[in-house]
Amino acid sequence: MSGALASPPAAPPPGDAPSPARRSAADSSASWRLTDRLGLAFAWFLGLLFCAITAAIVIFLALQGIRYLHPDLIWTNPQVGFNQSETGGFLAELIGTALVAGIAIAIAGPVGVGVAVWLSEYARPAGLARVVESSVEMLAGAPSVVLALFGILVFERKALGFLSETNGGVVFGKSFFAAGAMLSLVALPLVVTTVREGLQAIPNHVREASYAVGKTKRATIRRVLLPAARPSVITGHMLGIGHVIGDTAIIVLLLGDTQSLQGVGHIPLLGFLQGTGSTLTSYVFDNAPTGDLNQPNKAYAAAFMLLLLVLALNVMVDIFGRRSKELLWT
Amino acid sequence: MDEDILDDEPYTGLSQDQRAELGLGALVCGVVIVLLAMLVFILVEAWPSFAHNGAHWFGAGGDVDTQIQAIFTSGDFDQAPQLLIHAWPLIWSTILTTCAAVVIAFVCSLFVAVFMVEFAPEPIKRILEPVVRLLASVPSVIYGLVGVLVLVPFIGNHLITQHQKASVTPVIQLSGSSLLAAVVILTVMIAPIMIAIFAEGLRSVPRGWLEGSLALGVNRWRTFWNIAVRTARPALIAGTVLATARALGESVMLSMVSGSVGWAPNPADGLIFWFEPSRGLAPTILHNTDELTSPPMKHTLFAIAAVLLFSSAMLSLIGWGAKQPMKRYFNVGGAGA
Repeated sequence: MSGALASPPAAPPPGDAPSPARRSAADSSASWRLTDRLGLAFAWFLGLLFCAITAAIVIFLALQGIRYLHPDLIWTNPQVGFNQSETGGFLAELIGTALVAGIAIAIAGPVGVGVAVWLSEYARPAGLARVVESSVEMLAGAPSVVLALFGILVFERKALGFLSETNGGVVFGKSFFAAGAMLSLVALPLVVTTVREGLQAIPNHVREASYAVGKTKRATIRRVLLPAARPSVITGHMLGIGHVIGDTAIIVLLLGDTQSLQGVGHIPLLGFLQGTGSTLTSYVFDNAPTGDLNQPNKAYAAAFMLLLLVLALNVMVDIFGRRSKELLWT
Repeated sequence: MDEDILDDEPYTGLSQDQRAELGLGALVCGVVIVLLAMLVFILVEAWPSFAHNGAHWFGAGGDVDTQIQAIFTSGDFDQAPQLLIHAWPLIWSTILTTCAAVVIAFVCSLFVAVFMVEFAPEPIKRILEPVVRLLASVPSVIYGLVGVLVLVPFIGNHLITQHQKASVTPVIQLSGSSLLAAVVILTVMIAPIMIAIFAEGLRSVPRGWLEGSLALGVNRWRTFWNIAVRTARPALIAGTVLATARALGESVMLSMVSGSVGWAPNPADGLIFWFEPSRGLAPTILHNTDELTSPPMKHTLFAIAAVLLFSSAMLSLIGWGAKQPMKRYFNVGGAGA
């Protein structure tokens, strides 16, 4: 009977070897009630419609992207110009995207893994665990505009003035540090959820075996559990980065949204991080017809670039996801 | 596991473990404190706006764009700060776009997820799964770009007739940036999130339950619909809540396609209602970020942020509450947010 239902890869095998699909008369939908057949037809229709819409979006973006994305766009900085051939490329935006993603994941990664370990391995007192769980859930649901507004409040404080440009005692509050810190809040829930799932998939006897050879709980976590959960740790980071590079509201509000990287002071790297800039998402936003610059060709090129980045991250998530499935303990 | 079975940290009592636990506990408390700080900061900053307007904040009355403009300019010069706002058009726009998109996306996603998990031929299945995940992670600004460059001109040039445009010219301009565009793009945007979570829930339904039903002679569709979809209800709720939160907080895409007029589309207008522009709560914040320097404007924008935050918190609370009675009976498919 298990042949009647094509068993999907993720389902646990029912035990018996799946027999090759045997299509009997009862299995064909001709004998079903009308409502059931309508439902099935509707499912097919929507499934194929979904495929078609997806294909349309991807092909459309790819066509526009290939038409407008020249290699020199990637290697030149934005410039001031009168038409779309004079305004340069988006090297600064690519660097900005990388910087922001780096800062955000450098904060969200360790903190997220820590929170996930605590939730999965300690979680005492139970009340605190519940509070933490709902906090993480709330962070996941918090709109990024709201996070951005919160960031503006925080980073305009005098005490945090060293993280952005200060001009005559007034803290500007917009910098890579500010945007990265707020974006880490976007990435955090993803890291926590993924790592926690990975840790919970490790069966208890592994922990007990580790205790039995005299390891402390801390050593067990560090030497046994985290290495075993490494694929989900990596997946969590990738998902986090994916969300971070896709976020626009926080960038527009907290990165200053300047066309090029504008450093502050004289220290090379730190100056950039204290300064303002923009990322691919804000570049697309500004170059859309609704934005300040209105250069649709550039917007298409940058959107395609962004799509390629997201696609690359997705492929990596897939690879590590498969590895984590291979690691499943039996 | 490793070559050093005897770890570099021999078992010397609890102190080291306790230190690790305390350290992690402090980290966790830190995260909670950041969230609490966010709530407190935003509420404190938003309070003057709520205090001034009271319940009328949520009501209708006057033109919201004029009110916002007055609020902004009252921050300059030595004017008395203006805080009067009746934000109903913004709230109504958010409610309309979110509800319409979530309802359409829910129905479509459920059928697509069922198709993907159970009825699709193997090759389609193999393509669909990664594609759904890719679509779920496409940045919203890309959807916005496609919307504003393709869908909005299409609606403006082909769907809205000259007659319709002329009929409302004294009140509002119909350019294609409309409720329809917003709902369509928002649906396309949140459907993949729903499909991914629904499919995960449907897949984790024990095969034995389905086989039991099939063995009784129930057909495949009915089996899957009655047993798998019902069992996966927690996942359906989780996916819907997550997608609704995404739709509620969406600012960038909506600010690009829904038009930026503080206007409440009126369903009583008939079909033309779908072509009317509007601006939701989140896009309003994005739209006015340059005006944060004006203190009354700041209070107003933070009040909007507080409303958004409160709604998303309520949303996860409702989702949690709806899942509670089901937890007692089965614990499958609870694919969390």
